Amino acid sequence: MKNPAVKLAVLMLVLLSFAAAGCAKKDKTDSKDKKSVTIKGSDTMVHLMSSLAEAFMKKTPEVQVSVTGGGSGTGIAAIINGTTDICASSRDMQQKEKDQAKEKGISIVEKVIAYDGLAVIVNPENPIKDITMEQIKKIYTGAYKNWKELGGPDHPITVLSRESNSGTYVFFQEHVLNKENFDPSVKLMPASSSIAQSISQDKWSIGYLGLGYTKEGNVKVLNVKKDENSPAITPNHNTVLDKTYSIARPLFLIFNGEPVGSMKLVYDYALSPDGQKIVEETGYVTLK
Amino acid sequence: MNKQRLRAKIIKYFLQSCGSLSIVIVLLIFLFLFKEALPFIGSPGLQELFHSVWNPVSFQKEEFGIYPLITGSILVTVLATVIAIPFGIVGAVYISEVASPKEREFLKPFIEILAGIPSVVLGFFGLVVIAPLIKQMFDLGTGLTALTGAVLLAFMAIPTIMSISEDAIKSVPAAYKEASLALGASKLETIWKVVVPAALSGIVASVMLGMGRVVGETMTVMMVTGNAPIISMNPFTSVRTMTATIAAEMGEVTIGSDHYMALFWVGLVLMLMTFILNMISYRVLKRYGIHE
Repeated sequence: MKNPAVKLAVLMLVLLSFAAAGCAKKDKTDSKDKKSVTIKGSDTMVHLMSSLAEAFMKKTPEVQVSVTGGGSGTGIAAIINGTTDICASSRDMQQKEKDQAKEKGISIVEKVIAYDGLAVIVNPENPIKDITMEQIKKIYTGAYKNWKELGGPDHPITVLSRESNSGTYVFFQEHVLNKENFDPSVKLMPASSSIAQSISQDKWSIGYLGLGYTKEGNVKVLNVKKDENSPAITPNHNTVLDKTYSIARPLFLIFNGEPVGSMKLVYDYALSPDGQKIVEETGYVTLK
Repeated sequence: MNKQRLRAKIIKYFLQSCGSLSIVIVLLIFLFLFKEALPFIGSPGLQELFHSVWNPVSFQKEEFGIYPLITGSILVTVLATVIAIPFGIVGAVYISEVASPKEREFLKPFIEILAGIPSVVLGFFGLVVIAPLIKQMFDLGTGLTALTGAVLLAFMAIPTIMSISEDAIKSVPAAYKEASLALGASKLETIWKVVVPAALSGIVASVMLGMGRVVGETMTVMMVTGNAPIISMNPFTSVRTMTATIAAEMGEVTIGSDHYMALFWVGLVLMLMTFILNMISYRVLKRYGIHE
């Protein structure tokens, strides 16, 4: 009695797998004469990349560019796994990731297309205006738990960060925490906008965001001192470009091999005067 | 005659295969999860899972201790169930025993709408409305706590508990009620001492199903619980649930890496937990079931 049922189930599965194989084949033939380019990665860069893609497609209608976010880690995983053409990343790849790519036969090429500053933000009602790099590090590694340790009022600090799949998270860990671990009590938020949202509501919280996101929500950007004796620097276009602001980073496009064809068109457009103008308009810092 | 027999046979086999398909799918999913998770046993070794630090992205040492994720899921689920049970069951009793038909017509669609609210929308509502409210009520530093997640998840569990409990209460034979009333019991006594105990198996099942919904819920908890992987049974701290961990981190990992396999182990543990929950509800149903 059982047998025929099992047979039928197996048959259905076989049919399904055939269908799946058929789909996969179709994809492969599509990719040979590629007129569509997928860009995946950094949430910080999503706004920038989609604005670039939109302008690019107006100029070059025969190439279809689709942009998705998910975080730099997501994009890098996608380029290693071969599921995207271009990865947009707000950090450079770690050695471990480069090794993984090599194992899978992917040759990684990283290109800088813009710069970004990370703003450290608090609620506007917080009296603190300046902060040193050392203090930020101590807050995020759990050494400081109360605002009074920074000369503020006696309130515990609510520490917010991005999720670990975000390039901002890894960049912050590498350059602000000097590769130390985040304290486990740091709250990990799924998106930049939820950090801005929470900080505009929690009076005693602190967070960090890409410069392009500081206009979201009701937040105050802190001036950052490199150390005790340095001047406090406000993050903006000029201070990021002349590198006086301490928490700035390059934004990358990552390719499998030197960009060719449609991918090269996209890359060239990003570097062109038109593309760099969009970089500036979306709140990032141009290469020159 | 023969033709008809054949047709009946074909239809029977078709139905049989539809029925067994879900078994096949469950088995395949389980096999796939296990296959992806398996190499973890060789390196870095299963003992890496059994400790209390979850820190998969680090420049020092990656740590895959799943204890904080398990306690996080348990804390949120238990809290949500405790909040949802009184509302769900009392609501079901009211709708099925006390409410006039007009009220019922008015209330039921709203319960169904509550069940249909997308979890992202509920999460956003939680972030903007419930989190600040909880922060104010309990004078906390932040509203991103296990309790906030539990309140929102209770909203999701209430419709499940309510509608299944209501069915169970409705299916209590009218003779029970009539007998109780005829013996001089008041309406309230009849409801609490006769009808509810008679419907208990269905009510327990509804609670278990509600819990199942809560354990597996992802988007809402990810948005409002703060996602800090710390071991705590205090409802006012942040927690990181297993579901939120998988959802937040699966996109970033390289296929086949240690982190990738660790996430599959988290998935296996999650599946095991829902399996146990289902087993318990099955046992309870059997023990307290009314056999007609």
